[in-house]
Amino acid sequence: MSYDPDAILYGPIESPGKSFRYTVAGLILVISLALFMYVRQFVLGLGVTGMNEPVTWGFYIVNFVFFIGISHAGTLISAILRLSKAEWRRPITRMAEVITAIVLAIGGLHPIIDLGRPDRILNIFRAGRLQSPLLWDVTSIAAYFTASTVYLYVPLIPDIAILRDRGAKPQWLYKFLSWGFQGTKKQKHVLERAMNILMVMVIPIAISVHTVISYIFSMTLQPGWHSTIFGPYFVVGAIFSGIAALLIVMITFRKVFHFEAYLKEVHFRYLSNLLLVMALLWFYFTFSEYLTGYFGHEPYEMKVFFYKFTGKYAPLYWGMVFCNFILPVIILSNKKTKKIPGILIASIGITIGMWLERLIIVVPSLANTRLPYPTGIYIPSLTEWSLFIGAVGMFMLGFVLFSRFFPLISVWEIKEGRETSVREVSERLKSYQPDQSLTETD
Amino acid sequence: MPRWGMVIDLNTCTGCGACIAACKNENNVAYSSPEEAENGRALSWINLLPRYEGEFPNIHIQYYPMLCMQCDNPPCIKVCPVRATYKADNGIVAQIYPRCIGCRYCMAACPYTVKYFNWYEPKWEPEMIKSFNPDVSLRPKGVVEKCTFCHHRLIEAREEAMVEGIEFQEEQFVPACVETCPARAMHFGDLDDPNSMVSKLANSSRAVRFLEDLGTEPKVYYLSASEKLI
Repeated sequence: MSYDPDAILYGPIESPGKSFRYTVAGLILVISLALFMYVRQFVLGLGVTGMNEPVTWGFYIVNFVFFIGISHAGTLISAILRLSKAEWRRPITRMAEVITAIVLAIGGLHPIIDLGRPDRILNIFRAGRLQSPLLWDVTSIAAYFTASTVYLYVPLIPDIAILRDRGAKPQWLYKFLSWGFQGTKKQKHVLERAMNILMVMVIPIAISVHTVISYIFSMTLQPGWHSTIFGPYFVVGAIFSGIAALLIVMITFRKVFHFEAYLKEVHFRYLSNLLLVMALLWFYFTFSEYLTGYFGHEPYEMKVFFYKFTGKYAPLYWGMVFCNFILPVIILSNKKTKKIPGILIASIGITIGMWLERLIIVVPSLANTRLPYPTGIYIPSLTEWSLFIGAVGMFMLGFVLFSRFFPLISVWEIKEGRETSVREVSERLKSYQPDQSLTETD
Repeated sequence: MPRWGMVIDLNTCTGCGACIAACKNENNVAYSSPEEAENGRALSWINLLPRYEGEFPNIHIQYYPMLCMQCDNPPCIKVCPVRATYKADNGIVAQIYPRCIGCRYCMAACPYTVKYFNWYEPKWEPEMIKSFNPDVSLRPKGVVEKCTFCHHRLIEAREEAMVEGIEFQEEQFVPACVETCPARAMHFGDLDDPNSMVSKLANSSRAVRFLEDLGTEPKVYYLSASEKLI
């Protein structure tokens, strides 16, 4: 076999090692525990959770919104970077797309585990009312999941073909999934065309998904939910948490699989610039949302407002402001701290902060009823915690399994970049220059 | 088609709680232990919401019997993904227990917090099981339930009238809570019938409804000396 400069990218596939098996075993253990807790909940009823009257939604809905939010990392970022021909995207897009596909599958499960009668789930098709925001969700999440898995798969085909030709095992898997891709001119053309269509299509779908999720809340009359800004607010939060999750994944795999040569400081710098912009945007939206509520001073609205600002949820609320705004802005606007460890801290902070944001949106509005019932209390039970941990475990397992069979960095796009992008970019740059023939004056 | 509604006179209501007991018996509402009730898991289609004013000993207590407001513009039915809750032609907001998937979206959307969820398999004390009302179906775990204005009594009254060959009279249909109220603080009938007691009371200057500015058009009216409830 001839020398391949990208041989390290096949490392996890061709020599997985013992640590792979230990990780998978550990994760499966965690997931089975969560599964056991879910079966228990299925048998005994939702009483095993901490939900009650009036806090009828808890961790499951919070995590649903949170996980679907993370999914925006991916496809959206990768589509926008591809579309804008950002050359530095090449080692990033694959991981971003994988996040989307895995997290969407996990997030999509959450409304189902939240159901009192999961056995009747098919009623959604049998008797579904398209007027209900929940049905909008089902529709747009299904569309997004389809689009994003196809969008993950299509650019993966040339890599699968490379693996097939290298004789990676199991051969039948690569043979089957590569669809006879040989890298001919026509195949490449079709591939590019498909990618172009997909990336244009995926952007509006992604935006619709989180908008529609916000509609679940904003379409009701409840104080703290009934807000016109919720659609874009949720989308911004989703992209924000998505980039943070992407950075965490990138830093982790860079360390584990020694991808330092591919994921360089510059990638982290660029992505964290984007993260900083999103932190500011998030603050802008949060500020507008709460100022409008406060200024109008509607009594029901104020009950929820003060519950968050000074009441029971104040530690969580201010924790969210710290994690989502103060911490990342301090770290990312300072050259000294804007290094990989700093970016990792900021990203973890944002992930926690965005989860808190979802909690702060869901619970306080339910706990503070319009009529003077006693304020609701919500303490998540062991079941809810274990299902949360199980969901995170599923995310990790999904990633570990993907990395075992497919390259986490798009090999063919790296090769293509090495071969053609310098020429292409310089040609493009030339085309930006003022046209000599038109500037010449007589 | 009559438009069924209720009027509760707060100045007559003594807060005795007989309506709660009557409702639980009539509708086979599951029993919940004090611990579960403490955790917000109690099922009770009608409840007393207490309101305390002033400091002891000059304290004024007002009880508000709270039940499904049977809104003419119900926020709960709009959000249901499977049409397990809907407004019938006679204005009663109904719940289809065998269809409900238990997403609890209607509970989150209800501004009055009067819908209840079966967090566990419902249970009753042995004596209660013996006295089940055969006209009301038992709800399984994992579905939402709420006050139906005892609409099974409406069906029954209609059938009775049909069997006897007389025309159905609106007085024949009375929900259990109204029938029980020892203080006669609760009135029930057709809001569209200008001669009925309820429509007269509902149009009186003392009649108010909860959260009227939301535009939900509740069909449960309260008679109160003050202009605003709560």
